[in-house]
Amino acid sequence: MTPLAVTACTATSAMGSGLAAQFDALAHARSGLRPNDFSSAPLACWIGRVEGVEDFALPAALAAWDCRNNRLAWLGLQKDGFIERVHAARARYGAARVALLLGTSTASIGATEEAYRRLDADGGIPDDLLRPAIHAPHSLAAFVAAALALEGPCLTVSTACSSSAKVFASAERMLRLGLADAALVGGVDTLCDSVLFGFNALELVSPEPCRPFDRARNGISIGEAAGFALLERVEAAPQAPRLLGYGESSDAHHMSTPHPDGLGAELALNDALARAGLDAAQVDYINLHGTASQKNDEVEAALVARVFPPRTRASSTKGFTGHTLGAAGILEATVALQAIEHGLIPGNLGGDTPDPSCGAQFAWRNEHRRVDVALSNSFGFGGNNACLAFARAGVAA
Amino acid sequence: MNALRVWVEGVGLWSPQLADFAALRALLAGAAPAPPPPRPAAATLPPNERRRAPESVLLAVEAAGQAVAMSGHDAAALACVFASSHGDQAITDYMCATLAQAPAELSPTRFHNSVHNAAVGYWTIATGCHAPSTAICAQRASFGAGLLEAAGLALAEQRAVLLVCSDTAGSGPLDEVTRCRQSFGCALVLAPQAGAAALARLDLALQAGAAIDTPLPAPLDDWRAGNPSAASLSLLALLAARGGRCELAAAATLGLRIDMEHVA
Repeated sequence: MTPLAVTACTATSAMGSGLAAQFDALAHARSGLRPNDFSSAPLACWIGRVEGVEDFALPAALAAWDCRNNRLAWLGLQKDGFIERVHAARARYGAARVALLLGTSTASIGATEEAYRRLDADGGIPDDLLRPAIHAPHSLAAFVAAALALEGPCLTVSTACSSSAKVFASAERMLRLGLADAALVGGVDTLCDSVLFGFNALELVSPEPCRPFDRARNGISIGEAAGFALLERVEAAPQAPRLLGYGESSDAHHMSTPHPDGLGAELALNDALARAGLDAAQVDYINLHGTASQKNDEVEAALVARVFPPRTRASSTKGFTGHTLGAAGILEATVALQAIEHGLIPGNLGGDTPDPSCGAQFAWRNEHRRVDVALSNSFGFGGNNACLAFARAGVAA
Repeated sequence: MNALRVWVEGVGLWSPQLADFAALRALLAGAAPAPPPPRPAAATLPPNERRRAPESVLLAVEAAGQAVAMSGHDAAALACVFASSHGDQAITDYMCATLAQAPAELSPTRFHNSVHNAAVGYWTIATGCHAPSTAICAQRASFGAGLLEAAGLALAEQRAVLLVCSDTAGSGPLDEVTRCRQSFGCALVLAPQAGAAALARLDLALQAGAAIDTPLPAPLDDWRAGNPSAASLSLLALLAARGGRCELAAAATLGLRIDMEHVA
């Protein structure tokens, strides 16, 4: 495919707010996980919580959108000069020519949970939460469209944990077809009881900080994050890093466990490599989905071992942030872009006793080397898979 | 360019009053079609899944199955775009109520069925479909945004795409903010080229600014007001009438003008 320029990006997670804080955490192998101090009832687990979301107010004009998820979105948009870059794109192309494509798994369901915890005397939604737009899964994208005065195509992708990877694919198609000249992509998911108690009910939550690809791993840690990227045609920014390709597939196997042979994951990977015009051997770094669930890590480690040579380095960064669900795609895309920018392969934090299925590709500790091509894997419930391919400007595909 | 041309090869429809697209056609021709049984048949699902599946999944799968059967395509080969403004409202209501009372008792099955892509997940599993599949939403513009996404996918990838848009009726306190009065689901199979199965040609053009809903006759206007997925009725009525123009919301501040021409 014709590559696109990633002309701006930003991320906020338990690693910190903004790219500099994220890089500092990665460079110092510093996890952002902490004991659960969030859920409305006790639950013994670790979480990746963003500091200060609850103290951060939306501007008065946007108060109708107030909820934790939209606060985190707004907090994230303030970092790395990202809003200014969006405003510049809007001025350059026109508000109707900038597409807004965001991924989320649960959007602002936390606000609906809160409404149910304090229903009014008639059993209805309390007056202060009687705001229909925040009780719909489109809440996030509708809020960002209103906050940034964008008037182009606007869509929420909600395919669980692949959501904010798949928005890159939608954006590429829209730019290719001329439906937009730039696309703001990204995703936000926030901690809420639904995911903490939901994954707990599935017996997928670890009582300890998650240990991706560790022999003794025993489940995920849930986190929250906001991340955004601006995609434009390469001519607009020839020196910017590039989206070279993407892949999407369906497992057609099971709602909550991956295909045992990694069939869908491999289809998505092959699709991404084919669109990018790359051989697996040209991939320098792959940021894995690596949730620390038994099944995901087993299947994904086998895929890495059978497709990539040892020189390709691979790691999960869920040990830094927890699994940020619908925001994982964009968050880990920014980690892949930082690997290219800084020549840092982040070590697979939490994997102290490697699972025997892991090959020589795994970077268990930080490594410093040039990265020209980096992939990011994101897999979701329902067997929904996505893989993104990024490269330094000028790397021939 | 801001215009897209695609061909409709199959249409599916289910609501408490309309069993399929033929029933809409009959209604618009002045007949009184028999309403379907209260639970969508969703025959594409294996019997076990059909018994256990939530209503939101049955509704989407029923509409999808009708459209794919009409198109003659192998479901396994179709890329999928499933749109819904609210997802499974009964499960959201159950989850929020349970979390407020006894969070540790949350059902694991209801949790994994709560994801917005549950319907497309069950569909791809039932049909053995490994093609790209997505689940999207855009509030009351969910059908228009889904149509734009599906038409874009069909043209960009030169492959046939299954578009489904469905919402169930509201449940519990949540109903106060979703205001879905009844279930409505529809589906289209879209192709990038005029093939033997083509029923109609659609020319889609983006229109800056909020869309103005195309007027609809009763009772379609009421149905449209009572379910965000029924915004599709503007287009479905054109398909039934074999031609014309309508306008739909593709986003809060973006319209989609659709010119439809009947084929053969």
